[in-house]
Amino acid sequence: MDLQTVEILLEKYFEGTTSIDEEKQLKAYFSSQDVAPHLEHYCNLFGYFKTEKEIKFDKKLPLQPSKQPTVKWIGIAASFVFLFGTAWFFLNENTNANKDLGTFENPEEAFQATQEALQLLSSEVNQGVEGIAVLKQYEKTKRTIFKKSNKK
Amino acid sequence: MKMKPLEFENLIAPFKDKVFRFAKRLLVSTEEAEDATQEVMVRLWHKKETLVNYNSVEALAMTMTKNFCLDQLKSKRASNLQLVHSNYRDNQVGLDQQLEAKDSWNWVEKMINELPEQQRLIIQMRDIEEFEFTEIAAVLEMNETAVRVALSRARKTIREQLVAKHNYGLTNS
Repeated sequence: MDLQTVEILLEKYFEGTTSIDEEKQLKAYFSSQDVAPHLEHYCNLFGYFKTEKEIKFDKKLPLQPSKQPTVKWIGIAASFVFLFGTAWFFLNENTNANKDLGTFENPEEAFQATQEALQLLSSEVNQGVEGIAVLKQYEKTKRTIFKKSNKK
Repeated sequence: MKMKPLEFENLIAPFKDKVFRFAKRLLVSTEEAEDATQEVMVRLWHKKETLVNYNSVEALAMTMTKNFCLDQLKSKRASNLQLVHSNYRDNQVGLDQQLEAKDSWNWVEKMINELPEQQRLIIQMRDIEEFEFTEIAAVLEMNETAVRVALSRARKTIREQLVAKHNYGLTNS
């Protein structure tokens, strides 16, 4: 590279308008043996750039394989199982209940069945009333006892 | 996608030295730069699943390093701690070079490290790592023109000092 080119490139360099390629040419020129005497003081600058690029990082990196993802997936899987389990449970119960409705095609039959059911209901209710009759006796006894104790 | 430590090491291999030198340019101390590099790499490792979304993991790493180091410097200044760096050119590479050249590089390094932080980073990325202006602008979150202006300013400051030293040497000898 002739001196004139070097000087032009240097001027461009200080204006910040050189390309990477032109800067490489400058670096090559200033590391060569025949640098013009009046430019010699730039050798250190470009020489410094070249040596700086050689510095290496050789410390070990503490890279731990992260176990977090698997744990997270187990959690997600478990919640899905729970969700579908409960959903399935409720859906099944509902279909079972629907099957047992026991509808009748024949109106007479339906009437009979209804009557039977009502009969059953009334007999159960009567049983309950009988139970309450016993309770009335309790009430009576209670009243007499408490009246006595109040008078005392 | 699961990435093994070895795969990750291969991924960062092309730029981990650059990250270290970048951190060293800001923090100056070798130990601090090593810690910063480790920190940035571990942070990258933790976000390894999302790395595929980035165009350039290198640019991402450089940006993270810049932010991390600037934060370090800020908190150091806040706690009024002075930067103590006695390790200019500690792991000298060109050991076969002459002592005189070493001294001059030492001097060049001091000169560069006395520039404002932003200019230091630009010199580091352009003159040492040979990044394109678009890449520098992306990492430093500036526009390209601003990068060029700052670079030119930094280079001219260096030139002034080089010429001054050169003339001083001439008049002294």
